[in-house]
Amino acid sequence: MVIAEELAKKQKAISIAEFFEKNRQILGFDSSPRCLLTSVKEAVDNALDACEESSILPDIFIKIESKSKDNVTLIVEDNGPGIVKEQIPRVFAKLLYGSRFHSVKQSRGQQGIGISAAVLYSQLTSGRPAKIVSKIDKNAPAHYFELLINTQTNEPEIIADKIIEWDRLRGTRIELEMAASYVKGRRQSVYEYLKDTAIVNPHARITLIEPDNNQIIFERVTDKVPVQATEILPHPHGIELGILMKMLRYTERDKLAPFLRYSFSRIGLQTASDICKKSGLDPEKDPREVTLDEAKRLHEAFKTVKISAPPTDCLSPITEELIRKGLEKEHTIDFIETTTRPASVHNGHPFQVEAGIAYGGNLPKEEKVEILRFANRVPLLYQQGACAVTHSVEGIKWKAYSLDQPGNSIPVGPAIILVHVASTHIPFTSESKEAIADVPEIVQEIELALKEVGRRLKLYLSRQDKMELRREKEEIIQKILPLIAKKVGDILDRPTPDITPVVAKIMGNVFIQRHVSQNGKGCEVQIRIKNHSEAVRHFSLHETLPYSIQDPSPEPKIIPLGKQIDHLWKISLKPQEEKAIIYRLDIKIEEASKLPQLIAEQIDEELITGAKVVNV
Amino acid sequence: MTYKSNKELHDSQAKTTLKKLIQDFYEQFESETIPHIVLPSRTKKNIELNEESDVWVYGDTESLRSAKTVKGAKQILKTSYVVDLLIKGHLDQDKSSTLRELYYISENWDIAKFHEQSESDHLIEDLEIITGLQREDFHVRPEENGATMFGPIKIKEITKRGERTMHCQDEVGEAGYQIPYNVETVQFLEHDAKFIIAIETGGMYDRLIENGFDEKFNAILVHLKGQPARSTRRLIKRMNGELNIPVVVFTDGDPWSFRIYASVAYGAIKTAHLSEFMATPAAKFIGVQSSDIVEYELSTDKLNDQDIKALESELTDPRFETDYWKEQINMMLKLGKKSEQQAFAGKGLDYVTDTYLPERLGEMGVI
Repeated sequence: MVIAEELAKKQKAISIAEFFEKNRQILGFDSSPRCLLTSVKEAVDNALDACEESSILPDIFIKIESKSKDNVTLIVEDNGPGIVKEQIPRVFAKLLYGSRFHSVKQSRGQQGIGISAAVLYSQLTSGRPAKIVSKIDKNAPAHYFELLINTQTNEPEIIADKIIEWDRLRGTRIELEMAASYVKGRRQSVYEYLKDTAIVNPHARITLIEPDNNQIIFERVTDKVPVQATEILPHPHGIELGILMKMLRYTERDKLAPFLRYSFSRIGLQTASDICKKSGLDPEKDPREVTLDEAKRLHEAFKTVKISAPPTDCLSPITEELIRKGLEKEHTIDFIETTTRPASVHNGHPFQVEAGIAYGGNLPKEEKVEILRFANRVPLLYQQGACAVTHSVEGIKWKAYSLDQPGNSIPVGPAIILVHVASTHIPFTSESKEAIADVPEIVQEIELALKEVGRRLKLYLSRQDKMELRREKEEIIQKILPLIAKKVGDILDRPTPDITPVVAKIMGNVFIQRHVSQNGKGCEVQIRIKNHSEAVRHFSLHETLPYSIQDPSPEPKIIPLGKQIDHLWKISLKPQEEKAIIYRLDIKIEEASKLPQLIAEQIDEELITGAKVVNV
Repeated sequence: MTYKSNKELHDSQAKTTLKKLIQDFYEQFESETIPHIVLPSRTKKNIELNEESDVWVYGDTESLRSAKTVKGAKQILKTSYVVDLLIKGHLDQDKSSTLRELYYISENWDIAKFHEQSESDHLIEDLEIITGLQREDFHVRPEENGATMFGPIKIKEITKRGERTMHCQDEVGEAGYQIPYNVETVQFLEHDAKFIIAIETGGMYDRLIENGFDEKFNAILVHLKGQPARSTRRLIKRMNGELNIPVVVFTDGDPWSFRIYASVAYGAIKTAHLSEFMATPAAKFIGVQSSDIVEYELSTDKLNDQDIKALESELTDPRFETDYWKEQINMMLKLGKKSEQQAFAGKGLDYVTDTYLPERLGEMGVI
């Protein structure tokens, strides 16, 4: 807001051209690539805001033509509501016209100085007017304007004004020629900006035509227009003294108490009178007559009187589902988790943090994690190191969430971290509005959001590890071990050794084996049971035979089953414990070799080797 | 005992030793143990000086290869396939293959096949370590022939086509006597040599022959051909041990050449299990020393990043842990320069044989 007043003041003293030259840096017009990026950004932000306000699914077309290395023509076209004829000159050719500086609402346009700055830059560097086409309805005419800004008076100069044929239903088109350059392959580029914009605006279709006529379409993935952010009255905690004085001067209320009640949110009858009492001002006083000193006391009273936090339902988060869709559409990834924190308040301004983490796929494994920062759905491409988002990322111990982190810096691994801060007022570190300031309330919310998605990432990765281990073990026992056993037997001219005990060991299973040996006329049977796992195992073991058994140890429970007899043992084994069951059978050894399989019950099939598992 | 029956005995011993390894796996299955092998760890950190033989051998650090992991299980699988080939394909049929052929043979082994030759080469070395035998005992040959030697020594070699006797100075061509891959078949008959000079590059070996260095100094010249083959190292050791001839090593002046000397004198890290068989601890380093680069004002090249890394790694290599080598290595790092043997040519073609070598050999007390 400071910049607005500065501009207003200075406008009288110096020409805006001079002002622009002196402040190019903070307005985002420094390097040649950045001039183009800032212009694209202003035009696209405007288009998205306009569509959102009219609940239109945005279809934005950006074309960049390059005449020489540092001269480009930028065309941005949208399918928004259009602009009425009378407004067109001022919207595009008057600095600060229609700015949102006094509106308390989450909007993209809060960021930047507006499209007119791009128009001014274009005019200063190419000498050519901005060419505008706008149409508000299918049946309305399309108005074509060529506009310049009078740099002495900050008023539009109309070069051409006519009605043309335009085969669009409605929308606005702007064409600007300027000294700027189109760059690719780096973070701060038009392509990256549009890609990131597409991620957090999954309801928009964005088409980019590069100077070499290459067409890139960022397709929309949802037909849901975001819930509109609603406008709220400013909250007393977030107001600056200068603004308060301006509000007092221009109010339509005649008395101080009603002024307070109807100009701010969260001030009711009682709070208004408390504020007046605290500041020693008459509630009946005409607000327009409040002096600077009295305004200061009033401003002080805002801080001491108890006022509830501002409403937060005015914010429009992207929502978890759409962040997910946005990330998925621009990257190939294995895993995405997102979260939207409950709204919170900083300095009287409601804000809300959303975070997402994407992992795996074709993201680079050895590089630093990419951090995507957004403020009110606008990607922040510059000054990553100065931003609260980066500081929060660096402040988290990512090793606890299964990501490498050399030093206390940005983690390394195949991941993207996305953070969106939505607020009626984003606190930036400087006027260039590229880095969010380290406001403790915001930093805390970002950290909570990141830790939440971090925990889910860790869970996912540890599950992946377990599956990988399982898969590896399967490969060993199913493919490699049988081949080793066969080869080893072949070399020694001996039978292929039995691999099942080793399999049980590798799998960490309970291994059950029945061994039968001749003993006099009958057979002696030994059932060995060994727990190769690191957990206690309980189950029931059934030996169902057409014979009765002799001298069993331990004693089984005997259940007659028609001609068969079921012998049942309850088994409980500590980790690595081994037990044996012995009994005798009065049958010949040849017959004993045909005994049916042992049956285990009340245990997971995967945990047993050497017996059939039946769970009823 | 005849040559043939001796060989048969030798082969059947090799077979028994190899089978013993496979028997271990078999018994591990039977005793319900996950198949595994234990091997000494083959790294720079695990070599130590054997006081008795004065060469570097593997220490006590062991690494376990177990079928518990896919990697370990595949190693054991490949080991059994290779042993099967060695027994049934080589020893039973009196055939042999080269290391490269062995790698290609594995193509048909499905999941047991090797992905690159270094993998099968490494496994053969593992088998040598486990069995205490050498690859020749399994009928596995290196790809290329050994290098050559030239000098006043008369030898007898038992070849597949009978015995050959020759004098390595008078009865060989200009290139010298070709060292066979198995030098156990070579007998030394008589010699007139004062010392052996092992030379890294072919260019310098040829220079010494052309200048008649062998005749003038009664020297046996051995061409190392870069990092020397096992047979070359073994032959040097045998001449040194059996005939008591001193050995000196003449290489380029760079970090890689220091390693060539180390493998001749102390043993190589990769084949430390054979050090006692192949290393010649009495071998002395002539140069090119780091100090020679300065003293003889040799033309030089700048050390590149790999050179510097190699030198730094040598500083933590136990084989170079002597005052002499620390000084040489640090001096080279400080100079930032390396030099080739052939740099002496800048001072005239005879300089190396007339001035440098006699001076160094004198200093070292060899002549």
